[in-house]
Amino acid sequence: MPSITLHINDHPHAVDVAPDTPLLWVLRDTVGLTGTKYGCGMGLCGACTVHLDGEARRACQILVSSIGSARITTIEGLAADRKHPVIRAWLAEQVPQCGYCQPGQIMQAAALLAGTPHPTRQQIDEAMNGNICRCGTYQRIRRAIARAAAETA
Amino acid sequence: MMPDDTLTRRAFLGVGAQGAAALVVGFYLPACGGTRETTPGRAGQAFTPNAWIRITADDRITILVEKPELGQGSRTYTAMMVAEELEADWSTIRVVQAPTVPAIYKELRTAGSGGVESTYLAMRQAGAQARELLRTAAARHWGVPRQDCRAVNGAIVLAGTGRRLSFGALASAAAALPALAPTEIPLKAPEQFRLIGRAVPRLDLPAKVDGSATFGIDVRVPGLLFAVIARCPYFGGRLRHVDATRARRVPGVHAVFPVAPLPRRFNTAGGVAVVADSSWSAVEGRRELVLAWDRPAGEPESTAGLRRVMERAVLGPATFVAVDRGDVVDALRGASRVLEADYESPFQAHATMEPMNTTVDVREREIEVWSPTQFADEVQREIAELAGVALDRVIVHMTLSGGSFGRRYQWDVPAEAWQVANVMRRPVQVMWTREDDFQHDFYRPHNRQRLRAGLDTRGRLVAWSTRIVTTPIAATNLYTGYTESPETLRDPATIAALEWYGGDIAPYAIPNFRLDYAPADSVVPRSWWRSVASSYTPFAEESFMDELAHALGRDPLRFRLDLLTPGEPDADRLRRVLRLAAEQAGWGTPLPAFQGRGLACRVNGTCSAQVAHVAVDPDGSVRVLRVVSAVDCGLVISPDGVRAMTEGAINFALTAVLTGAITVKDGAVEQSNFHDYRVLRLSQAPDIDVQIVSSTAPPSGVGELGAMLAGPAVANAVFAATGVRVRRLPIESTLLRRT
Repeated sequence: MPSITLHINDHPHAVDVAPDTPLLWVLRDTVGLTGTKYGCGMGLCGACTVHLDGEARRACQILVSSIGSARITTIEGLAADRKHPVIRAWLAEQVPQCGYCQPGQIMQAAALLAGTPHPTRQQIDEAMNGNICRCGTYQRIRRAIARAAAETA
Repeated sequence: MMPDDTLTRRAFLGVGAQGAAALVVGFYLPACGGTRETTPGRAGQAFTPNAWIRITADDRITILVEKPELGQGSRTYTAMMVAEELEADWSTIRVVQAPTVPAIYKELRTAGSGGVESTYLAMRQAGAQARELLRTAAARHWGVPRQDCRAVNGAIVLAGTGRRLSFGALASAAAALPALAPTEIPLKAPEQFRLIGRAVPRLDLPAKVDGSATFGIDVRVPGLLFAVIARCPYFGGRLRHVDATRARRVPGVHAVFPVAPLPRRFNTAGGVAVVADSSWSAVEGRRELVLAWDRPAGEPESTAGLRRVMERAVLGPATFVAVDRGDVVDALRGASRVLEADYESPFQAHATMEPMNTTVDVREREIEVWSPTQFADEVQREIAELAGVALDRVIVHMTLSGGSFGRRYQWDVPAEAWQVANVMRRPVQVMWTREDDFQHDFYRPHNRQRLRAGLDTRGRLVAWSTRIVTTPIAATNLYTGYTESPETLRDPATIAALEWYGGDIAPYAIPNFRLDYAPADSVVPRSWWRSVASSYTPFAEESFMDELAHALGRDPLRFRLDLLTPGEPDADRLRRVLRLAAEQAGWGTPLPAFQGRGLACRVNGTCSAQVAHVAVDPDGSVRVLRVVSAVDCGLVISPDGVRAMTEGAINFALTAVLTGAITVKDGAVEQSNFHDYRVLRLSQAPDIDVQIVSSTAPPSGVGELGAMLAGPAVANAVFAATGVRVRRLPIESTLLRRT
């Protein structure tokens, strides 16, 4: 199998995987970055959300061969120093319960705020609607996004 | 667990503690830190006053927690209880999961919202025991009376001198002292608490926001392989034939082999395992299997057929009478007005965000298991039995769970992971895909309830009868609290035991009351689902209460308050939360057209009332705008934890109220992923206001109560908004459409 080079969290990674492997499984099982979660495999739940050149994408729906030179950011990259305003807001609002969906929620929220620094409630609801949380932390997610937006004012 | 048992066990641990703690795996002795005074005792010896606490010379305190962390905060709340009495410096605390050593740790599980309630006393006693030994050690070191030595924020201070010895500095000396029976030590009064009841940030959250938290599915050990199992889509079906030729050719696939179904005690479907060097290769390999299944004999089950069976069963004979007070038949006959209504709700999936998985490594002398379970001690017992090895040859690491809601109280997944790993003889992680998860869950029972009430000429509620019909859990799952035998499987009380509670209308005062039960057969596996029977009984009871109030032209709040017997403790507590929730929700104030408020309440240890405020759109869709929940759960360990659990339980229940249903057709579950089992999403999540009643009564659980009331509160609000009575969940928008 030809080696594919991925640019993950500012580091190159050469991986030997089938070209039609979804990025999610390459991150988790090949590169060892397990912060990106499997939830549905159909792009329905958002647990696997990563950034591709800064844009929120579902890693379960991205074939590894289609990425090319795009920069991949995972939760491990975003949270490297825990200084990211979204990470700080998530702790301040004590958002997670089980925590499984939260890396995807945080990646989605960070992408929202990067493009829309001061989202309205409706914009938050729309941007976050593809990320399921079964523990029901939605109210706190809304508050944390509003907090992160206020802190970056 | 019985309280007496708790005390006996803790007392035992107090005596045998030092030896017991030596068994604890995973501990190491870090290098000694600096101390401010000459360290008394043998240098470097850690202080392990009991099986829960370890204090080392570097002032680090490790607390072992039995309860699994499923998202409810157990690792933080347990540590708070210990640290409160220990007078520890909170910043020095770290928490680890207690290991599967059954001689010491007997409660490696959680269920029924029981975590806080069952540990509150014992964990405080454990902390107090350590504190008293540290005081004694300091008193001896200084040659002063014990009463002059006080524990303050991680140190013992000598009154009037400014002298101070940190816990770490005293660890060695304290370790040399004889054990102290924890039950003889006075505990702090609630007004002295400095951690309990305060806003203490959860210890597990930093790792949950940076991707470093290890859930079961994240376990990575050297040489790990990944597996999925192809299971028969039809419940009770069996593998007839498999052609694995193409599957074996998929790059990365190591092995393909049949997995036998395990007997009902384990409830695994069996099938064909595909083992590969990545999860994806295993899934790709499974896709290439050519499979033929034998269906079970008889007419394949369908939800439509089951509903017809239940419609008859609400009229047929009861197999079990749970409550029979007064004479309901006579009172209904004599009533001037009788109301009757049926309520129904379907099978529900747990849909935990982390799909089922377990990693097992079968080695020559031991079996190591990493599992996101809420029942590690049972997993250990069951795998030991399956493998035919002694209990101490099985080590179970209870990892973080990505949600559970009752699903991980089964051990089917660890059992089949052991089957696969036992063939491979190297570490294997068996993962369920989301499709596996939806199609092979242990579902919340489908149920139908018929309620009848009699009113006298003055509008008084004189009689009430409830018939509950469900597909009983005990018919497919009979392992907790029951010995499985042909007798218990036929015993009507055993079959009904998990199905009727929450339907007992307590503490409303109704003179003639009967609650009975009849089962309905189904091939669908069933089990606990957040709040179990109380996920459907209050829907019927509190909706019917609303129907009665409206039939009499009474205000539903006033109607309930009048039915609560004055002076009865639960009734008084209920009255308080009802009034609080109503007041916060603006009960009785005007709303725009097609909006309404609905009320529901319940006592289950914890006492709670909810008011939902909904809007019904022209297309019939229901938007829940706001929910106010008043909660009296006794003494509160973590106020924010109570709020989080209540918010979460309401959101969880709203899936079942608004959109979620598991249906069966042709002997198989029809739903397969989040597109057809639609769970609540953020845009649908209401504002939630949790009001906590201040109390010094012993703490009671909050993990489930919020889930019990969302159904009736929303259904009653829909009635207030539209005049249409919802008697079946999830709510059918076609009934409410105006255009």
